Amino acid sequence: MSTDNNSDAKAAYWSENIRLILTLLAIWFVVSFGFGILLVDVLNQFNLFGYKLGFWFAQQGSIYCFVVLIFYYTKKMAALDRKYGVEEE
Amino acid sequence: MDLQTLTYITVGLTFSLYIGIAIWARAGTTSEFYVAGGGIHPVANGMATAADWMSAASFISMAGLIAFFGYGGTVFLMGWTGGYVLLAMLLAPYLRKYGKFTVPEFIGDRFYSKTARVVAVVCLILASVTYVIGQMKGVGVAFSRFLEVDYDTGLYVGMGIVFFYAVLGGMKGITYTQIAQYCVLILAYTIPAIFISLNLTGNPIPQLGLGSTLVGTDTYLLDRLDQIVQEIGFNEYTTQFRGSMTNTFFYTLSLMVGTAGLPHVIIRFFTVPKVSDARKSAGWALVFIAILYTTAPAVAAMARYNLMNTLEPSKGEYMVYAERPDWFKNWEKTGLLAVEDKDNDGRIRYSADKSINELIKIDNDIMVLANPEIAKLPNWVIALVAAGGLAAALSTAAGLLLAIASSISHDLLKGVFRPDINEKQELLASRISMAGAIALAGYLGLNPPGFAAGTVAIAFGLAASSIFPALMMGIFFKKISKEGAVAGMIAGISITMLYVFQHKGIMFIPGTSFLGNMGDSWFFGIEPNAFGSIGAIVNFAVAFAVSKVTAPPPEHIQHLVEDIRVPIGSSAVGGSH
Repeated sequence: MSTDNNSDAKAAYWSENIRLILTLLAIWFVVSFGFGILLVDVLNQFNLFGYKLGFWFAQQGSIYCFVVLIFYYTKKMAALDRKYGVEEE
Repeated sequence: MDLQTLTYITVGLTFSLYIGIAIWARAGTTSEFYVAGGGIHPVANGMATAADWMSAASFISMAGLIAFFGYGGTVFLMGWTGGYVLLAMLLAPYLRKYGKFTVPEFIGDRFYSKTARVVAVVCLILASVTYVIGQMKGVGVAFSRFLEVDYDTGLYVGMGIVFFYAVLGGMKGITYTQIAQYCVLILAYTIPAIFISLNLTGNPIPQLGLGSTLVGTDTYLLDRLDQIVQEIGFNEYTTQFRGSMTNTFFYTLSLMVGTAGLPHVIIRFFTVPKVSDARKSAGWALVFIAILYTTAPAVAAMARYNLMNTLEPSKGEYMVYAERPDWFKNWEKTGLLAVEDKDNDGRIRYSADKSINELIKIDNDIMVLANPEIAKLPNWVIALVAAGGLAAALSTAAGLLLAIASSISHDLLKGVFRPDINEKQELLASRISMAGAIALAGYLGLNPPGFAAGTVAIAFGLAASSIFPALMMGIFFKKISKEGAVAGMIAGISITMLYVFQHKGIMFIPGTSFLGNMGDSWFFGIEPNAFGSIGAIVNFAVAFAVSKVTAPPPEHIQHLVEDIRVPIGSSAVGGSH
C-alpha cells in the first residue's frame, strides 16, 4: 500500500470512529441528562416496579447504560481496527 | 468477641495483606515505578482503577448525602460514573497509544511547549493535593471512630502503610494493593447492604430491594419514605432537586468532565499492554464502580428509612432519649450526632421545622458508618466496614500521591530542570518525591488548611476546566496551537477559581468573598462546585479563538496527532524517547 492510500485509510478510520463516538455520546446524553434530569418530571409519571421511572434513570438506569455504551464501543472499535488493518500486532 | 477486638483483627489482617503485597511487588525500573511495567491485565487494571477512583467520599460520604438530598444526590451518582464514557471514547486509548509516563508529558509534547507542560503540572498538583487532604482526613476519622485511637495517631499509621507500598513499589505496588483494597471495600459495602435490603424488603439484591415493597405490606419502600419525610415537613425524597434543574445539569456535567480529567485516574490506563486494552479496561473499571454506585442509592434510602423509624417508631410517637440505642450513644460521643430536648419531654423529635427539631446535628457520614449498627447487624460486619473505609481512603491516596510524585520527578526534574539524569537517578528521585508527597499530605491532614472544605470544588473544577479540554483538543483538533492550549487552560482555571473564590472567599478565607455565598447572586443559580463545566466551555472557546490567530502547530506535531489516533504501532509504555 502506498503512503497516500495508507493515510486515506487512516482518515476513513478516524471519521468512522468520530461518527460512532457522536452516536454513542448522544445516547449517553439522553439517558443521563435527558431522562435523569431534563425530562425527569415527565418520566416520573410512570412506574418501574416501586421506582418512579425518572428517578430510576437518575439513580440506576443511566449507570447501567454507561457500562453498556463502553463495552459496545470497545467491540465496534475492535471490528473497525481490523477492517482498516490498524489493529496492534 | 467484642467489637473492638474484632475491628483490630480485621483491620490488622487487611494491613498485613497490603504490606505483604508491597514486599512482593517492589519496583526495579522507572517503567515499573510509573506504570507498573505496562503489563497489567485490563480486568485487573479495571479493578485497581475502581479502588483508585472510589475514595473516602464515595465509600463513607456519598450514601449519606443521597440519604438527605434524595433525588438531589443524583449529581454524584451520574457525575462520578458518566465520566468513564468520556474517558473510554475521548482520552484513554489515545493517551495509551502515545505511551508516555505522565499526563503533563503528553500536554508538553503535543503542544510543543515546556510552558504548557509546567502549567499542566501546576494544575495536576493543585487538584491532587487538595484531593489527597480529604483522604487523609478519612483515614483519621475511620481510625478514631473504630479503633478509638486519636485522629493524629490514626493518620500516622495510615501514612506509614502508604509509605511502605508506594515508595517501595510505585505504581506496581499500588496496583496490586489497589486490587486487594477493591475486594475489601466492595465486600464491606455490599454485605451490610444485602442484609439491610433483606430485612426491609425480603429481597437480597439492594438494587431490586429499593424498588420493592416493605416486608409484610403492599407499600413500596420509596413511596413509604416519600410519605414519612413529608409528614415531618421535608420535600418528597424521590423528586427534590439540588438547587434548580440548571444547577443539577451543570453540577453533573462538571463532575463527569472532572472525572475524565483527573490525572490519577488517567495514568492507570498507561499500565495496560495495548490500546484495545485501555478501552476494555475503562469498561471493566465502570463495572466495578457501578457495583458500589448502584448499591449506594439503596443504602441511602434504607438508612434514611431506618433512621426515621428509630426516631419515630409510629406516627407522633417519638424516641425516648433515655431508651436510645447503643449506636446513638456511640455517635453522640464523636460529636457527629447531637440532640437538644427543647420541650423537655424526654423524647427526641425530628422535624424539618428548625424551631421544634430536636435532632440538631446528624453528620452525613454516619449513614454508612453506623448503618450496620442501626440495622442491628453482627459485629464482624461493623469491623468489615471499618476496614472498607480505610481501604477506600488509602487506595485513592496512593493513586493521587503517585500522580504527584511522577509529575515532580518525571515532568519537572527529568523533563525541565535536569534532563541529563539517568534511569537509576530518576528512580531514586521518584522515590524521594513520593516520600515528600506523603509527608506533605500527612502534614496537611494534621493541619487542614482553611480551603480543605472546598476540596471537591478545587479538584474537580481544575481537572474539568484545564486538563480535560487540553487533552481532548490535543487529540481531536490538530490545529490547536501551543498559544491556544496555554491560553485556554489559564482562562479555564481562572474563571472557575474566580467564581469559587468570589462566592466562598479568597482561598476560602471567610469574609473575603466579594459577592457573598448566596443563592441569588449565583450565575444562573449555578453553585460554585458546579462551575467547572462552565470553565471547560471557556477553555475550549479561548483555545479555538487563539489558535485561529496564531501559527498552526508544526508539521511533525500534526503527524504525531494522526499517529496517536490509530492503535497500530503501539508499544508498551516506556521511558525512552
